[in-house]
Amino acid sequence: MDGMVPLFRMEGISKRYGGVRALEKAELSVSSGSIHAILGENGAGKSTLIKVMAGVVAPDEGRMTLDGREVTFASPGAANKAGIVCIFQELSLVPELSVADNIVISDPPKRFGMIDRKAQRRIAEEALARAGAADIHPLALVKDLPLSRRQMVEIAKALARKPRILILDEATSALTATDVAKIFSVLKRLRSEGLALLYISHRMNEIAELADYCTVFRNGRNVASYKAGTKSDNEVVELMIGREYSHIFPPKPARNAGAAVPVLEARKLSWTDRLDNVSLTVGAGEVVGLGGLDGQGQRELLLAFFGVLRGLSGQILIDGKPVSITSPSVARDDRIGMALIPEDRKTEGLMLPMTVRENLSFAALDRLSKAGIIDRAAEQRLIDDMVGLLAIKTAGLDIPVGALSGGNQQKVVIAKWLMRQPRIILLNDPTRGIDVGTKQELYQLMRKLADAGAAILFYSTDYDELIGCCDRVLVLYDGAVKRELVGAGITERALISSALNIHGEESPVGLGASV
Amino acid sequence: MKDWRVKDWRYWLAEQRGTLLAFGIFIVMFVIYTSNHPAGFTANVVQTASNKGVLLAFVAMAQTLVVITAGIDLSVGMIFTLTNCLASWLVIGTGIETAFGVIAVLGTGLLCGAINGAIVIYGRLQPIVTTIATGAVYFGIALLLRPFPGGSVNEDLADALTGRLFGVVPASLVVLLAVVLVVWVPFSRSVLGRAAYAAGSSEMAAYMSGVPIRRGKFAAYALAGLLAAIGGLFLTFFTYTGDAAYASGNAYTLFSIAAVVLGGVSLFGGKGSAIGAIFGALAFRTIGDLLFVFDFDPLWQPLFQGVILLIAVSLGAFALFRVRNRLEWFL
Repeated sequence: MDGMVPLFRMEGISKRYGGVRALEKAELSVSSGSIHAILGENGAGKSTLIKVMAGVVAPDEGRMTLDGREVTFASPGAANKAGIVCIFQELSLVPELSVADNIVISDPPKRFGMIDRKAQRRIAEEALARAGAADIHPLALVKDLPLSRRQMVEIAKALARKPRILILDEATSALTATDVAKIFSVLKRLRSEGLALLYISHRMNEIAELADYCTVFRNGRNVASYKAGTKSDNEVVELMIGREYSHIFPPKPARNAGAAVPVLEARKLSWTDRLDNVSLTVGAGEVVGLGGLDGQGQRELLLAFFGVLRGLSGQILIDGKPVSITSPSVARDDRIGMALIPEDRKTEGLMLPMTVRENLSFAALDRLSKAGIIDRAAEQRLIDDMVGLLAIKTAGLDIPVGALSGGNQQKVVIAKWLMRQPRIILLNDPTRGIDVGTKQELYQLMRKLADAGAAILFYSTDYDELIGCCDRVLVLYDGAVKRELVGAGITERALISSALNIHGEESPVGLGASV
Repeated sequence: MKDWRVKDWRYWLAEQRGTLLAFGIFIVMFVIYTSNHPAGFTANVVQTASNKGVLLAFVAMAQTLVVITAGIDLSVGMIFTLTNCLASWLVIGTGIETAFGVIAVLGTGLLCGAINGAIVIYGRLQPIVTTIATGAVYFGIALLLRPFPGGSVNEDLADALTGRLFGVVPASLVVLLAVVLVVWVPFSRSVLGRAAYAAGSSEMAAYMSGVPIRRGKFAAYALAGLLAAIGGLFLTFFTYTGDAAYASGNAYTLFSIAAVVLGGVSLFGGKGSAIGAIFGALAFRTIGDLLFVFDFDPLWQPLFQGVILLIAVSLGAFALFRVRNRLEWFL
C-alpha cells in the first residue's frame, strides 16, 4: 500500500472491557477502490475494531483519520454521515417494517415534512437491484423473509446510504451459494466504483477470491498486513497462532480406549440450516470439546440435547438407548440427568434479583421437596455442600445473586445444576467474562466431575481452554462436524486450520465419533 | 415493475388486515344493532352511537401511539379525566375566552404526555410503572379542580360539536376524522412516526440504523396526551360538566387497551394503526348497545366485553406455534 494515500487510517487504537483488552494499539489503513480482508481467530479483536470504526463503541485511546482529517464518531449515525457503513453480523433490520422502510430508515426521503413513499419505493428498488436482489418485494415485511433474503436487504440498505467505506462482517455466513456469487459481483463492481471495502470472513476461499489486501489480528493487535495471494493458507494460520498461554490446566488422565457404551450419543442431528447431520459420542469420564469459530452451530447443538429446539431430526441416545427429550425438564430428569450451563448467565442462568439460596435450589426443588413443601434442612445441607465444593465467595446466602462478582455468579449457575448430581454436563462457553482465578477453579472442577464419572460436553470460544481441558475436540463448521482432534492432536494449529475449514493437513477429516 | 401490481395489493392487504378485521367486526355488530333498534337506522341513533364511540376512540388512539413503541400508557384515562375537569372551568365565555380555554386544555394534555415520555425515555423507567404513578398525580390534580361534579362549558360550541352537520352527519365523527387527518396521518408518515414503530419492533436494530428513537418515542407519548385531552374535551361537551370520577378514568384506560387489541395493534409494539384502534373502540362500545337492544341485563356487559377481548387476544398467540427454538418464546 506504499505510495497510496489511505482514505481511512486508525492509529494506536486501544479498547478494554473491564480487565479484558480487546484492542491494543491496533493500526489499520484502508484505501479507496480496494477490498481489504481482516483475519483472526475468536477474540482477536476483529469485532471491536469494526465497532470502533462504525461508531458503536468509543476507543479508550488512539486516533482515526478520514481523508487525512481526524474524526471521532459518537454514534453509528455519525459514522454513517461520514460515509462509513457497516453490515453487522447481528442484523440491524427492524422486523415489523417493510423492506423499503428498512432500506431508507436512516434517512428517508421527505416531502412536505412527511416520508415520500413513492421516492422511498424508488430508492428501495434501486438499492435492491444494485445489491442483485431485485426479486425481493419492497413492500414485504422483513420478518416474513428468510435469513438469506434479509441479509440481501441488509446489503441493499447499506448501499442506499451511499457509503465510501463499506464494512461487511461475516456478511455471507447466512447466504446460499447463488447469493454469495451475486454479492461477489456486486462487491467487485463497488470496488471498481472506488469504494473501500472491509471484508471480515472466516472463509478462506472467499478471501482468496475477493481481497486485495489482508490484515491479520491476534490478541487485539494487527500482526501482519500483506498483499492478497502472497501468503499460503498455512502461513496465514501461522500468523494467527500465538495466543499467550496463561492458564494452568489440571493434568489429563491417560485415555481409556475402548470404553463401554457412551453415556451421550447423537446420530445425524439436523435442525433448520444451523445443524447438519451432527453425530458424536461422549463417554463417562470424558471431556469432549466443541471447537470452531463462533456461531457454527455449537450453541444450537447444546440446545438440541437439552430439549429446547423443535423440529429436530436425528436421534439422541442415552446409555445406548434412544430417548426423546422434549423440554429442559425432561432433560434434567433423573433418567437422563442432563445439565446445561448456559452462555448468558444473566438471562438464562440466574434470577439476578433473587437470593443466592433461591437461585441455588431452583433446579433441584423437586428433589428437595415432599408434596410441594420444601425441606429446608435438606436444602441447607445441599447448599452448604455446594458453596464449599465450589468455594463460592458471598457475603451470605440471602443477598441477591446480582451482587456477586461475575466469576462467583457463574459458580452459582454451575452449583445450581450440580445439586442435581447430573451425569451429563453441557457447558456453553462458561468462562466468558470471568477472571483467571475462577477459570482455573472451573477447569479443576470439570476434571474432578469427569473423574467421578460425568460425561462432559464443553463448548468454548477460547482455543486455549479446549487444548487444556479436553480429551477430544470436535470442530464445527457451518453446522457440521468437520474434524475430530484427539489427545495430543489437539493443537492450536489444528484447531485454527480446521475452524477455517482448510483441508489437507495432518490427519484426515474424522466425521463423528470413533469407536 | 408491472408484475408487482397484484402483489402490491396483497402486501397492502396484509398490512391492513388488523384494521380491516376491526372494521368488519364493527360493521357487522353495528348493522345487527341498528336493524334491531326500535327506531332503526336513523340519524338520531347514529348520532348517539357516534357521540359515545368517539370518546373511547380518542383515548384508544392515544393508547395506540404509546403501544406502537412497545410501551403502555396507563395514565390516558386520567389525562382524559383531568382535561375534562379543566375544560369545565376554562372552556366557557366569549368566543376568544373559549378558544383560549380549548388551547389550554389541549396544551395540558400535551404536557401530561410529554412528562410521561420524558420520564420513560430519559429516566429509563418502565412505562407501566411510570404511567401508573403519573396517572395518580393527574387524577389528584383533577380531584382538586373538581372535588364535586360541576362546572359548565360553552354550550354553543358543545352543541355544535355533538350535534349533526346538514342534519345527517354526526359532528363528532367529523371531528374524529379531522383529528385522524391532522394528528395521526402526519405522525404515521413522518420520520418520528417511523422511529416510533422501529423502536417498538426492535429498538436495538433501530439504534444501530441511526434512527432517532428517543425523539420518536417522546413524540408518541406527547401526542398520546394530546389525543386523550381531545377526548376529555369532548366528554365535557357531552356532559356539560367536569367530574373527577376515578372509576370512569380507570375504565377508559382499560377499555383503550381492549380497543387497541381489537384494532389489531400488537402489544409487543411496532405493528398496527390508530385507525384500527378507532374501529376497535367503536366495536367495543357497540357490545353494550347490542346487549341493550336484545334486552340483556346490563349486568352482563362486562362479562361479554371480557369474552370478546379474550378471543381477540388469543388470535394473536398463533404465531407461537411456528417458533422452532423454544427460547424464543421468552423473547
